[in-house]
Amino acid sequence: MRTLLTVFLKELVDNLRDRRTLASALIMGPIFGPVLFAFIINLSIERSLDDAETTMDLPVIGQAYAPNLVRYLESRNIDIVAGPADAAAAAAAIKTGLHDVILVIPEAFGEQLGNAIPAKIELYSDSANTQGEKEARRARRALNSYNRQLASIRLSARGINPLILRPINIDDIDMSTPSGRSAMLLGMMTYFFIFAMLMGGMYLAIDTTAGERERGSLEPLLSLPVTRTQLILGKITATCVFMAFSLLLSLLSFYVVLRFMPLEQLGMTPNFDLRVVVAAFWLLAPFILLGASLMTLVASFTKSYKEAQTWLSVVLLAPTLPILIVSILTLRPQLEFMFIPSLSQHLILVDMIKNEPLNGLHVAISVVSTLTIGALLTWVCARLYRRESLLG
Amino acid sequence: MIRVDRLHKSFGAVRALRGVSFDAPDGRITGLLGPNGAGKSTTLRILYTVFKPDEGSASIDGADVVTDSLVARQRLGALPHGSGLYPHLSARENVAYYARLCGLDSGVVDDHVDSIIKLLEIEDFADRRTKGFSQGQRTKVSLARALVHDPQNIILDEPSNGLDVMATRSLRELILKLKDAGRCVLFSSHVMQEVAALCDDICIIVDGQVAINDSVDGIRERTGCDDLEDAFVAAIKLVGDD
Repeated sequence: MRTLLTVFLKELVDNLRDRRTLASALIMGPIFGPVLFAFIINLSIERSLDDAETTMDLPVIGQAYAPNLVRYLESRNIDIVAGPADAAAAAAAIKTGLHDVILVIPEAFGEQLGNAIPAKIELYSDSANTQGEKEARRARRALNSYNRQLASIRLSARGINPLILRPINIDDIDMSTPSGRSAMLLGMMTYFFIFAMLMGGMYLAIDTTAGERERGSLEPLLSLPVTRTQLILGKITATCVFMAFSLLLSLLSFYVVLRFMPLEQLGMTPNFDLRVVVAAFWLLAPFILLGASLMTLVASFTKSYKEAQTWLSVVLLAPTLPILIVSILTLRPQLEFMFIPSLSQHLILVDMIKNEPLNGLHVAISVVSTLTIGALLTWVCARLYRRESLLG
Repeated sequence: MIRVDRLHKSFGAVRALRGVSFDAPDGRITGLLGPNGAGKSTTLRILYTVFKPDEGSASIDGADVVTDSLVARQRLGALPHGSGLYPHLSARENVAYYARLCGLDSGVVDDHVDSIIKLLEIEDFADRRTKGFSQGQRTKVSLARALVHDPQNIILDEPSNGLDVMATRSLRELILKLKDAGRCVLFSSHVMQEVAALCDDICIIVDGQVAINDSVDGIRERTGCDDLEDAFVAAIKLVGDD
């Protein structure tokens, strides 16, 4: 126990004096997440605002053939501008990204409309371009409502109630709460927390094997009258403390950032007060041991500091995988998921942010299974630390 | 007292040691001599317990290096080849870390550290962080670290590598001081003058085997060469003729 404490304290002092470790533990992890998050939120606020309130430009070819339609579109906050010369030029302009959407009105439009034949118009867009597709959708919506308006007028003119075309009236009732809507966007916070946590311990984990070896300090260390298990446990403990510190910092920095974010504009009120910060810390804490032992394990197989860094950046991404898969498939929290580290923390944290009651069993399984896997990996690390080939 | 008995060690197809035996008694300096790749470092690594022998045994003051390795290590101070320090810790902190790991009571750690720093004459840079130390300074701190718990047996793997004349001189004086204090000193080298100037006994290893193991005079006598370097070459030829 005394040996473990000696190793732990030495690692603490050593790494607190190392600028690289400090930068990754205090700055990279905890600050990078919130800054990126603030950037993304601001971007989506800007995007959601420009929908209704801003005017959009719509290049139209053949404006002269449909003066009423043009007037209607202008009334919908769509500025009509002169388009390219012809349909071929329009297609080219979309392809090159010069315009996002172009409306082409053929010469026959007026005549077809007058004869009550479906009048053909063409809307050019590129559905692979998300920003462009948004504009195209808006143009399409405006055109559809013009279409319905004309149809109603025609029916009225023939003495038929236009409502006959609407046998069903669909009313969308969105049951999501503001906290719930927050959870979708704030769900990625889990990953930032885990990322910050792992960054905090990365250099310590590398130092335990590859670092000590490269410096030439491993061999004299192993010739001391202490067991290797004591050495590695002391080192993993120090790694865990740095990771816990980074995790706490990143939780707090998110707490501060969220105060200053205009999230109400997105219809979100995330439940992320100090009480949740504390709860989230304890929820994520079991992952610290798992992360520390996993990074130590991966680093112990590498030949050099550089190689260890390369491999550990892959480890940094590993916790995203389960979160990503579940997000894409939009799966609801299930009991089985609670056995998967990072995913279980993610699902429970999202529930916390949504302000939904926590499932005690889920939390218990998440904590126990994550701790068990962490302990198992630590044991494997200790076994590997006894190998002769550790010296490289 | 270090005892080495018929050590065998292979790394894959390479047979590094093929039955190495020798004794290094207390109060004497034993030199392990041999060309590069002869098996000197492998032997020493088995002695300070980071490698395990495939066959044979070795003991430090009677403690077997495999079955009783913690006791063996407690009786031992080792300076592995190319020892590195922790660059963010001062020389004193580096030494104190080892003192604590060797189990010295926290009350006596400072005293031990102070006296070893004095003995090795590193007071001038003891409180500086070791980043940027010269090779000589690094070796001195590594030595202080290895000796801080007053081990009876001292193993040094090529300690004079990269040292200038003055540093080599003070290293030599230190080794003699340890011998006078009744310690068992075992060191490896391929520098002939160093071995000739210091050692009481010499064990020449060639190709993982002991070519000759005797006192300095004994070696001169047996090879018929007055000059130790000629004796060394003669000893290597001895193995080659087998």
